[in-house]
Amino acid sequence: MVVGVRAAGPADLVAAREQMALSLGWHIVLACLGVGLPALTAFAEWRAIRTGQPVYLALAHRWAKAMGVLFAVGAVSGTILSFEMGLLWPGLMGTYGQVIGLPFALEGFAFFIEAIFVGIYLYGWDRLPRRVHLLTAVPIVVSGVASAFFVVSANAWMNQPRGFRLVDGGVTGVRPWAAMFNPATAPQTIHMILAAFMVTGFLTASVYAVGMLRGGRDRYHRLGFLIPFTAAAVLTPLQIAAGDYAARFLAHYQPTKLAAIEGVFNTGSHVPLHVGGVVRDGQLRYAIEIPDGLSLLVGYRPSTVITGLDRVPVADRPPVTPVHLAFDLMVGVGFGLLLLGAWLLLAWWRRRDLPRPALFLRLAVLAGAGSVAALEAGWVVTEVGRQPWVVYGYLRTADAVNPAPGLTAGLVLVAATYVVLTVASVHVLRRLAHAGQDAAGPLAAPQEAAPPQAAPQETVP
Amino acid sequence: MTAAQLMLAVLWIGLTLYALLAGADFGAGFWDLLAGGTARGRPQRHLIEEVIGPVWEANHVWLIFVLVLLWTGFPPVFAAVMSTLYLPLTLAALGIIARGAAFAFRKASDVLWQQRLFGAAFALSSVVTPYFLGTVAGAVASGRVPPGLAAGNLIRSWCNPTSVLGGVLAVGTCAYLAAMYLCHDARRLGRPDLAAAYRRRALVTGLAVGVLALAGIAVLHADAPALSGNLVHRALPLVIGSGLAGAASLALLVARRYLLVRATAALAVTAILWGWAVAQYPYMLPPGTPYTEVAATPAVLAAVLVVTGAGAVILLPSLAWLLILFQRQPAPGRHDVV
Ligand code: HDD
Ligand code: HEM
Ligand code: HEM
Repeated sequence: MVVGVRAAGPADLVAAREQMALSLGWHIVLACLGVGLPALTAFAEWRAIRTGQPVYLALAHRWAKAMGVLFAVGAVSGTILSFEMGLLWPGLMGTYGQVIGLPFALEGFAFFIEAIFVGIYLYGWDRLPRRVHLLTAVPIVVSGVASAFFVVSANAWMNQPRGFRLVDGGVTGVRPWAAMFNPATAPQTIHMILAAFMVTGFLTASVYAVGMLRGGRDRYHRLGFLIPFTAAAVLTPLQIAAGDYAARFLAHYQPTKLAAIEGVFNTGSHVPLHVGGVVRDGQLRYAIEIPDGLSLLVGYRPSTVITGLDRVPVADRPPVTPVHLAFDLMVGVGFGLLLLGAWLLLAWWRRRDLPRPALFLRLAVLAGAGSVAALEAGWVVTEVGRQPWVVYGYLRTADAVNPAPGLTAGLVLVAATYVVLTVASVHVLRRLAHAGQDAAGPLAAPQEAAPPQAAPQETVP
Repeated sequence: MTAAQLMLAVLWIGLTLYALLAGADFGAGFWDLLAGGTARGRPQRHLIEEVIGPVWEANHVWLIFVLVLLWTGFPPVFAAVMSTLYLPLTLAALGIIARGAAFAFRKASDVLWQQRLFGAAFALSSVVTPYFLGTVAGAVASGRVPPGLAAGNLIRSWCNPTSVLGGVLAVGTCAYLAAMYLCHDARRLGRPDLAAAYRRRALVTGLAVGVLALAGIAVLHADAPALSGNLVHRALPLVIGSGLAGAASLALLVARRYLLVRATAALAVTAILWGWAVAQYPYMLPPGTPYTEVAATPAVLAAVLVVTGAGAVILLPSLAWLLILFQRQPAPGRHDVV
């Protein structure tokens, strides 16, 4: 509607972006666990019912508790994001809020279902027959995946805005379903949902890998490692294929982003694939070059023409170095995880056992952090690679930001809050993990019934 | 009824449910704050955890629902409110983080000083958050949020008599709702002593909120004359209804009819929220922005309303199941037995 009289300073714009990146980068890890852990938990509970072995139920109960705590933290961090969409980017929401509203509304319902059934699942642990209880996990899994789909389709719209017309700065003729199912929705949602399961699998497995390195070699630890690790390792090749699809998509729909990803400044054929390197004086330097690589990957022929950054004005180019390096990090981790999975496969095929060298478990510990690094790097590629646009081709980030002064102070406050939140979350999860194998022990997820008057132990701070 | 009007109604239903359900949760945090020292307060804190644990997340999704419907249905209003009231809303958001996280962590930790720390964060933010949300309501109601991006006064828009009234009323109402809900739960869980304590508190806070609301009429008369004019004309039936329901609630509390009082107290809060809506209609940002000027295009409104209707069909039975399950005791000895 009316454009404000104030204008945001450059420092405030940077602060707003950093606050958004911090909050999203934080939330997305929790969101991945929110999508993946319910499936893992339900799988363990299903095995418990099938085999009658208590070890599966103990694992399921432990994961369920972690899920409860993580869900609570994920919910608050997500709520903050809904605020921030307006607090930081009123210029985006005031004009385009109605275009991307539908997936967010659908997401709201998915959350609601998820929150209700997480409550039922945890509170009902002792109150429902086992099989009925297992069934209550199904809506959690479905709505978790659905919410990831919905919210990423909103993000995809920012990359491929569709389903509206712009008349005098106002939006008309909105077709909300067309906006939601825009061309970027398929590549992004597939890649993201796979990432969520991979991150959950590798992170969970890394906790048990630590335990095994410390000497815990019982069935509880082995299964706690093998179930999530195998799931994630199986998904890794699929994820690489999905990433390839996403990159090929960019070649046709967002060539500027692909050019930034690969550091391609000049349009032409026979474009090499660049690994590493930084931008100096308008060219990518110190990179390892694979001749014709990019042209081959995009069009299967060395003569394939790749659009370079020279096709857009300098003011419309994203920063190349961070996008390029983030992409290399993501791809590097992706292939590293593939190799690690192959190692397990090989050992299992030969001896029906984990690889013997302790190196395998050490690498498996790293795989947890690595998958999170790939996740964050992927988002840097997507978001920074879209700059300077917030809505690709329609709205610049600088025009979307809240013109009120003082956003920098807000960033400091929010950053401090997230530091505290991170420390507290990690600490509480470690306590949950170390509380012994008796999962019905004294520590409880917020949705559970309180343990019978467990008096806390006194310790000196 | 037009699609935009329907959307307004759905939005307001969401806000009402947020006030009633999450409001009680905030209030529980208020009583947690006042529960006393570690040993003396333990039974009360235990009751509070037991009662809000399984449902609090579901209760708080209503806020997200309201935010999303607002930015989808009336995007310029969302942009104006969020940008001008950036300060109280950031503080409320921080309160929401602290509250949700600390509540989860307190339950999952078994060391006393940590429980104390998380408990204090939970309790303090339970009071601070509704206060700031109340000031936001006051800012909008008194016409201090103009359309446009950060076009209003960044401080005075929420530091003014109506906003302070809104904030204090919000905290008081939350405390009252929680005390009143907890009476029944304490009795159900076999703690008649706590039920009696909460009955006393519900009576005191209920009276205090009533007196405050009456005094508030004078504040609004001086500070937000347009709103108060409509409150005593167009919205008068709702205002009177709220007063009657409030008085009935106090009487029922005296008579220890703890289940029935839930209905009348909810009615009192609902009536006053809808009284505000009626008094302000058709303006979303008084004095000059009617909802018709800021509503999304009909296709968007239709799509979201259809989705909302379909969602409700799945949601309401699930919610009912959660609430019913939650009133049930655990089957003894079924821990981790297949
Ligand atoms: C476990 C995490 C993970 C792994 C191993 C990979 N990715 Fe990825 N990638 C993501 C996690 C991710 C992500 C965080 O989920 C992103 C951000 C936005 C999105 O949709 O997915 C992403 C974005 C993203 C994009 C940008 C999409 C866009 O902006 O539209 C491309 C081109 C790739 N990826 C390509 C790859 C390739 C070629 C990989 C091969 C190894 C790969 N990714 C592995
Ligand atoms: C559906 C999900 C998402 C939406 C709707 C969204 C939206 C936004 C918006 C509105 C901005 C600010 C404008 C801009 O700088 O372009 C932004 C920036 C950013 N977001 Fe996202 N985002 C999403 C997911 C994520 C995730 C999961 C991450 C995780 C790391 C992320 C990382 C960033 C970064 C790094 C920036 C700053 C870009 C820059 O300043 O150059 N985003 N996002
Ligand atoms: C790629 C990006 C995102 C994904 C995959 C994602 C997914 C999820 C998931 C699965 C949850 C459930 C909580 C949990 O299980 O931990 C959640 C919570 C939430 N997310 Fe996100 N989210 C993303 C980005 C965003 C963005 C950009 C917003 C804001 C506009 C947002 C808003 C929320 C809200 C409000 C909640 C709390 C819901 C509740 O109380 O259950 N999310 N998110």
